[in-house]
Amino acid sequence: MADRVINFGEVSPESVEFWNAAKEGKFLVKKCKSCNKVHWYPRAICPFCMSADTEWVAGSGKGKIYSFSHMARANLTIAYVTLEEGPSMMTNIVDCDANALKIGQDVKLVFKPSDKEYPVPMFTPA
Amino acid sequence: MSLKGKSYIMGAWEHPTRKATDKSVAQLHTECAIGALADAGLTKDDVDGYFCAGDAPGLGPLSMVDYMNLKVRHVDSTDVGGSSYQVAVGHATEAIAAGRCSVALITLAGRPRSEGMATGTAPRPGNPAQPDVQWEFPYSPTVVNMYAMCAARHMHEYGTTSEQLAWIKVAASHHAQHNPHAMLRDVVTVQDVVNSPMVSTPLHRLDCCVISDGGGALIVTSPEVAKSLKRPKIKVIGLGEQPKGQMGGMVDLTYSGARFSGKAAFDMAGVKPSDMKFAAIYDSFTITVLMQLEDLGFCEKGQGGKFVSDGNLISGVGKLPFNTDGGGLCSNHPANRGGITKIIEAVRQLRGEAHPAVQVKNCDLAIAHGTGGSLGSRHGSSTVILERE
Repeated sequence: MADRVINFGEVSPESVEFWNAAKEGKFLVKKCKSCNKVHWYPRAICPFCMSADTEWVAGSGKGKIYSFSHMARANLTIAYVTLEEGPSMMTNIVDCDANALKIGQDVKLVFKPSDKEYPVPMFTPA
Repeated sequence: MSLKGKSYIMGAWEHPTRKATDKSVAQLHTECAIGALADAGLTKDDVDGYFCAGDAPGLGPLSMVDYMNLKVRHVDSTDVGGSSYQVAVGHATEAIAAGRCSVALITLAGRPRSEGMATGTAPRPGNPAQPDVQWEFPYSPTVVNMYAMCAARHMHEYGTTSEQLAWIKVAASHHAQHNPHAMLRDVVTVQDVVNSPMVSTPLHRLDCCVISDGGGALIVTSPEVAKSLKRPKIKVIGLGEQPKGQMGGMVDLTYSGARFSGKAAFDMAGVKPSDMKFAAIYDSFTITVLMQLEDLGFCEKGQGGKFVSDGNLISGVGKLPFNTDGGGLCSNHPANRGGITKIIEAVRQLRGEAHPAVQVKNCDLAIAHGTGGSLGSRHGSSTVILERE
């Protein structure tokens, strides 16, 4: 089946830095300098303590599958991956046999091109 | 101040249509309003509060109040998806208790079937200002694959099986055979469900609800107005609502906001799950029902699979008759929002007006629970407990 086209949408003013880094192959996560927690999805304001003192830091790109679902008709495997840094992010699992995937499995980040200039962070079995 | 007993549901009406090609959404809302008012024995001029949600066209209450030419002094359009209508009963009760209105009209209607909407399987582009869209839309989240992830995680943590989930659909189909308006009236078996096409692992086609046009309406009144009417008095004794999301990334798909909305409602009512004679539980998917039953306290977390098996949800067979109209799984999911039809079937049961084949004997206490949005990302939970007076 042909690869599906990834619809990017629009860059939010809160996430310009993330997507510019993605263009260089770098995966960033947002960390709060006040409570030291990493959250997802990235926000200017920490969802744990509401501090505006947040910063982008490099993510390891390593994680484990929290849950996933495969839609054969759409050639799509949606998932939550729990990042090494703590939070879980919605993503797709790609370049794999979807029928062989397991919850808890180690995965690593890959950027996949979208219909815009920005690549999108996805995961593949580690 | 407790809201227990501060309001009554005196009118309830479900539109019989399941496909309304030749009707507008506003028209369907209004037909539902007419039906509920007639059921209550009231007229449009008695209505002084109007409640609707995101399915109402245009500017919600402004558009609909103008279309129906209502003269109201209180409106509310809280939108928490399919759970909005349990919330509306709660907010109507608050407004009535505060003296803001005495006859509240709640309407829902829509026509996704006529409009050819692929409700469950097509990603819906959100408004770019919606803060999560940037981080989710590229991954093609759909209604079905988000609920499917809840099911997959439940199976992983608790050993829940597809066969156990299938029992929920089987029970709904047993009830739907008696509902002449139900979209799917054939009784199905566990094997039929697990052998139906896989839509999004681990959910099969028969784990999913129908896509239907239609709607429904409710009339919620003050105790004084209720006393003046001839219909059986269905007292609102328990209310709870709570949204739940991804919690900053601390995602936990194993439970829903029902854990909180249910507790609030049971605490207010002073009753417990085992007191319920009938349960109307939002059934967008089989997994929705299973998780809500656990979270509302009908069984321990993780035991939902065992609880729903072997016909335990079938009226006259099991211990907890549910969705005796066939629910969203078989009868109706108007406007892709099933909250109001849950309340309507609970009212039918409490009045003794359900189909005789599924009517619960001495049905004096019932729960109607709604889930809106997506259990897999962010959702609303809302609970109403009703008592026949």
